[in-house]
Amino acid sequence: MAFLTTFYAFLFYFAALVFVTGVLFKITQYARTPAPLKIPTTPAPTTTSGVVLRMTREVVLFESLFRGNKWTWIFGWMFHFGLLLVTLRHLRYFIEPVWFPIELVQPFGIYGGMAMIVGLTGLWARRFLVDRVRYISAPSDHLILALLVLIGVSGLLMKFVFHSDIVEIKAFFMGLYAYDFQPLPSDPLLLLHLFLVALLLIIFPYSKLLHAPGLFFSPTRNQADNPREVRHIAPWAQQLEQK
Amino acid sequence: MAKATFLVPELTQYTEVPAVTPGAMAHSSPFVAKPDFQEPLGYPGELVDDWQNKAIDKMGELLGKYRSLRVYMDACVKCGACTDKCHYFLGTSDPKNMPVGRQDLMRKVYRRYFTVAGKLFPKLVGAEDFTKEVLDDWYSYFHQCSQCRRCSVFCPYGIDTAEISMAAREIMDCIGVGQKYCNEIIAKVYKVGNNLGLPGPALIDTLEGLEEDVYDETGVRVRYPIDQVGAEVLLVTPSADFFAEPHVDGLIGYGKMFHESGVTWTLSTQASEAANFGMFIGSYDNMRRISQRIREAAIKLKVKRIVFGECGHAWRVAYSFLNTLAGPWDFLDPRYPVPQHICEFTYDLIQQGKLTFDKSENDDKVMTFHDSCNVARASRMGDTPGGQFEIPRAIIRATCNHFYDMDEDTIRDRTFCCGGGGGLLTDDLMELRVKGAKPRMDALNNVIQEKGVTHMAAICAICKTQFSKVLPYYGMDMSQIISLHQLVGDAIVLTPDPEDADDDDSDDDDD
Repeated sequence: MAFLTTFYAFLFYFAALVFVTGVLFKITQYARTPAPLKIPTTPAPTTTSGVVLRMTREVVLFESLFRGNKWTWIFGWMFHFGLLLVTLRHLRYFIEPVWFPIELVQPFGIYGGMAMIVGLTGLWARRFLVDRVRYISAPSDHLILALLVLIGVSGLLMKFVFHSDIVEIKAFFMGLYAYDFQPLPSDPLLLLHLFLVALLLIIFPYSKLLHAPGLFFSPTRNQADNPREVRHIAPWAQQLEQK
Repeated sequence: MAKATFLVPELTQYTEVPAVTPGAMAHSSPFVAKPDFQEPLGYPGELVDDWQNKAIDKMGELLGKYRSLRVYMDACVKCGACTDKCHYFLGTSDPKNMPVGRQDLMRKVYRRYFTVAGKLFPKLVGAEDFTKEVLDDWYSYFHQCSQCRRCSVFCPYGIDTAEISMAAREIMDCIGVGQKYCNEIIAKVYKVGNNLGLPGPALIDTLEGLEEDVYDETGVRVRYPIDQVGAEVLLVTPSADFFAEPHVDGLIGYGKMFHESGVTWTLSTQASEAANFGMFIGSYDNMRRISQRIREAAIKLKVKRIVFGECGHAWRVAYSFLNTLAGPWDFLDPRYPVPQHICEFTYDLIQQGKLTFDKSENDDKVMTFHDSCNVARASRMGDTPGGQFEIPRAIIRATCNHFYDMDEDTIRDRTFCCGGGGGLLTDDLMELRVKGAKPRMDALNNVIQEKGVTHMAAICAICKTQFSKVLPYYGMDMSQIISLHQLVGDAIVLTPDPEDADDDDSDDDDD
């Protein structure tokens, strides 16, 4: 019991550290790498505000994917929007007092959990049923889906079948802020759920999950189409001119 | 009907997505460049010792120089949205021609040498050592990408396979494995000034011939000036325009249009090529060096504006990169964008009512329009996004009575590449070119059957050459592909100079 609490406490410290530093490192790396040429996929917005709008549509609506493949879009969007609601619902474990909007979102978080599972199942099915997608799937692609499905299913099971003491869970996480370890309930399902979440955080900066920060740095999406109006030149290319 | 040593695909009403056939195009590989054509570009003549380490070093260098490559190597989630978008996959069913399949050829090497996961668990994440087999696969399949960017339209992260195939070709060039077609052409540009290796005197001769032909046909002295210092406009056009059908009809059209505009113009023997194959091989240095010729010519000829003729990737380099590579253009007339597309120029004149057309001259044609990939997805015309689609169509409508678009899924930013772009317009890749043209041929065949379309206009030298060659494989006629400015040239009503009518036997006017 004491061992479990300590183990999970350090697991989450470690996971949070890896996640934050890893993602920050990648973001810094993306930001520091120059984009020497103007390569927006056209037609593209000609102004910065237009670019913000385009990016917002990509992030919120998955516009390009919608044009590309409707099934992947439906399942992908269900999963991601579900995950957003679930994440918002879970914020109640990490803040005190719970903000009003987070209170409002609580019931929707449950539906989000269900949508997440449906979306993930659809995406996973495509990896078996569509020969092209089967061809491009590596073991890691299946494992990440398995990880997310297990997180979702274990979460929903705790909600509907095997309840855990959520007051104690909250006390555990709030205690982590102050290095004050409160006992974590030892329900196997909860331990599994938390272990997998920690694992997800740890692999995030080392896997394709980097698509999340990556999108914001994609030059085909984040550049304004104004090469004739504004001269665009990377520092390393500027040096060629001084030769 | 052209003879094929391979199976030409059957046309279908809509292009169907084939079942994957691994290895279907593994045999397709262009000729390798000889040392003579590697060295002028600054590359080793043949595969260097220790090529593996040198290639990985180069990849590391490019990852640090190109954010696109850096982000695109990480971001792909293998969602599959791109898998049915590439014309080469649709035409060949080889899964390594799916955009993600092609990217993964590089991604598996990237993961092995540049990521923690790939170093620790290569099998799990699909990482692989950079072996000779992998290099051979690179050479084959990165020369089965025409860098048309259709995949990037549908990717949720905008991953552009063109960026990856350019980087791959640059890496291969740097270890001595270059492609003959591209590198030979670039060497020719450095030596002679254009892709076709046409020397200055030959160009001057050709243009004089054109002036005579146009005079014989129309009775109007239309000029095709070259190296004329002090002209207002420098026209930079693909060298195919100087002699080959259907390209030259476009050049004739430009001349007639300039004649009516009253704007003085000139070609240049030094910048006698709009194309910039430096882009195809992903070489910033070569692309820059080729672009600098245009700057030098503009300064030497003291022009005020630069206009580009009909060429797809040339317009990408011109519109998107020229300011970066050869700017700033502060010595040119600031009232006009630099550079301008010939279609923008013609369209402006039409808007101002300066051109008169007799559309009935084109009544023997029912037109459709092929959006060239690099114009459609990597550039713009006019002031508003999408002008690259509207302006050429407006010109066709102004010069023709009969125009029908092809299926919406195959035009504008969803257009299919002709199948010969990106440095693949070479006979040693004929099978790939024919098969890659299938999606476009399907859509064209549809409007031929349903709307009675007779001709397809294009604004790209590569598209025109490719279609001339490929149309016969599909039972169509090579003359069905024409230059957009041929329509302008055929329909335009020319204003004779006062002297034209009475001095047709003397040749001594001095302007």
